[in-house]
Amino acid sequence: MMNEKLKLLAICIERGKVDSQTSYPPDMQGQSGASELTRELLDEDVDPNDILAKALMVGMQRIGDKFGNGQAFIPDLLIAAKAMYAAMAHLKPYFDSGAARHKGTIILGTVAGDLHDIGKNLVRMVMEGDGWKVIDLGTNVSAEKFVDSVRSNPGSMVGLSALLTTTMLNMGPITQKVKELNAETKVFVGGAPLSQQFCDKIGADGYFPDPQSLVRHLNTKPN
Amino acid sequence: MIKVLDRIQAGEVLLSDGAMGTELQKRGLPTGACPEEFNVTHAEIVQSIYRDYYRAGSDIIETNTFGGTRSRLAIHGKENEVYRFNRRGAELAREVCPPGRFVAGSMGPTGEILEPLGTLSVAKAYDYFAEQAEALAEGGVDIIYVETMMAIEEAEIAVKAVKEKTGLPVVGSMTFNLTDGGVRTSMGVDAATMVGRLTAVGADLLGANCGTGVEVVLAAIEEMQPLSPLPFLAQPNAGIPQMTDHLIVYPETPQSFEQKIEQVLQFRIGILGGCCGTGPEHIIRLRTLLNKHHPVG
Repeated sequence: MMNEKLKLLAICIERGKVDSQTSYPPDMQGQSGASELTRELLDEDVDPNDILAKALMVGMQRIGDKFGNGQAFIPDLLIAAKAMYAAMAHLKPYFDSGAARHKGTIILGTVAGDLHDIGKNLVRMVMEGDGWKVIDLGTNVSAEKFVDSVRSNPGSMVGLSALLTTTMLNMGPITQKVKELNAETKVFVGGAPLSQQFCDKIGADGYFPDPQSLVRHLNTKPN
Repeated sequence: MIKVLDRIQAGEVLLSDGAMGTELQKRGLPTGACPEEFNVTHAEIVQSIYRDYYRAGSDIIETNTFGGTRSRLAIHGKENEVYRFNRRGAELAREVCPPGRFVAGSMGPTGEILEPLGTLSVAKAYDYFAEQAEALAEGGVDIIYVETMMAIEEAEIAVKAVKEKTGLPVVGSMTFNLTDGGVRTSMGVDAATMVGRLTAVGADLLGANCGTGVEVVLAAIEEMQPLSPLPFLAQPNAGIPQMTDHLIVYPETPQSFEQKIEQVLQFRIGILGGCCGTGPEHIIRLRTLLNKHHPVG
């Protein structure tokens, strides 16, 4: 019964079924959504870590993979994230109390000179849905701001986003400054004009063309 | 004077321009600064780019107004400059436009996501585009390119606003990616949806611009052509940028760009040009190519 409910919750996340009131997706109208199912699971004393790992992460991974393969698109990811956050709202108290734990922390930001935030926000959604804590510094973030954040959140990774060929160049100096503070800090980069070649050139630790491939990398590789 | 649309509808392929943003930065626009503000603060720089494209052989150049909607300008705290930046961007082009050539008003996305997934209402989006289109029309543009669109609703609203507020010819152009299921925008729009919905709101040309190179624009137009009798705009990027020593270089040289774009000309192209990574040198090449395909006289 519990397993069935977790499976159903994963489907609600993947398909973007937020709660029973929402009319999307049309074939799930009137059914319980991510919000109700999470509440019920908690009321049945299911471990919040299991809800996260066996339902939320599973659903987000499925939609994230489809997005990476070109079988799903930004709207699909946004609606899935809405369902994921609706579920996450019920889990928040357990994270706050320490009963549930994040996998790690990533500091995200769109680099100095660049004001585009959609790509960075998609990464945030997928990472939060996979159980990571995200510190979102917003757009137009300077090297100093990234460094300050790494300093006050020891052990965090850094994720840099850029949409423009002109602003992607700022990723180099930012990576350098972060590494100067602590050479062990992992720096990952992403954005439409980027490539692995560019990532290697600036000395970053990884380039990922879509959010799910970053998450997959982090999950298979111990930090 | 023969109007731009008459020439296209008579079967001519008009040559548009290459990139604006990268040219501005080469000539002094600081990273992160508002490009459209240069229309009033550095008119001579903006005009020098317009002039270079006309000299390279462009029949149509695009105004420096891609991010000229209220929502984009607000990021720079310039939301009250929509009228001035857009009108001036168009006037500067008009001033240097040789006889028999044209000025296109450039209109890019708002950068926001429409309701219910995002926070932008349809009414607000319409107002953003209407305001920009009117200022461009007052500045004297001959045609408007609604370009680099990824959401169909947003593209639709923009085309509609241009038509209703200015009556000018309008291109509806979107940015596609190659997927196993054909071309799709990052918001998931396929060629059939785009053709159907933008034709319904009165687009005079349909197009594909930006993206990862000539291949994706070629694929998009190949899919669109059987679905529509309209002429097409093709303005691809010069490939995916590569990093050399502290310098971003696009892989498509003017020569290789010319070779690839020759394939695009097998389709019903009305406007041909380049997007990110293309400059006046690419346009010179395309001019030669077009003259070869459509000898003058």
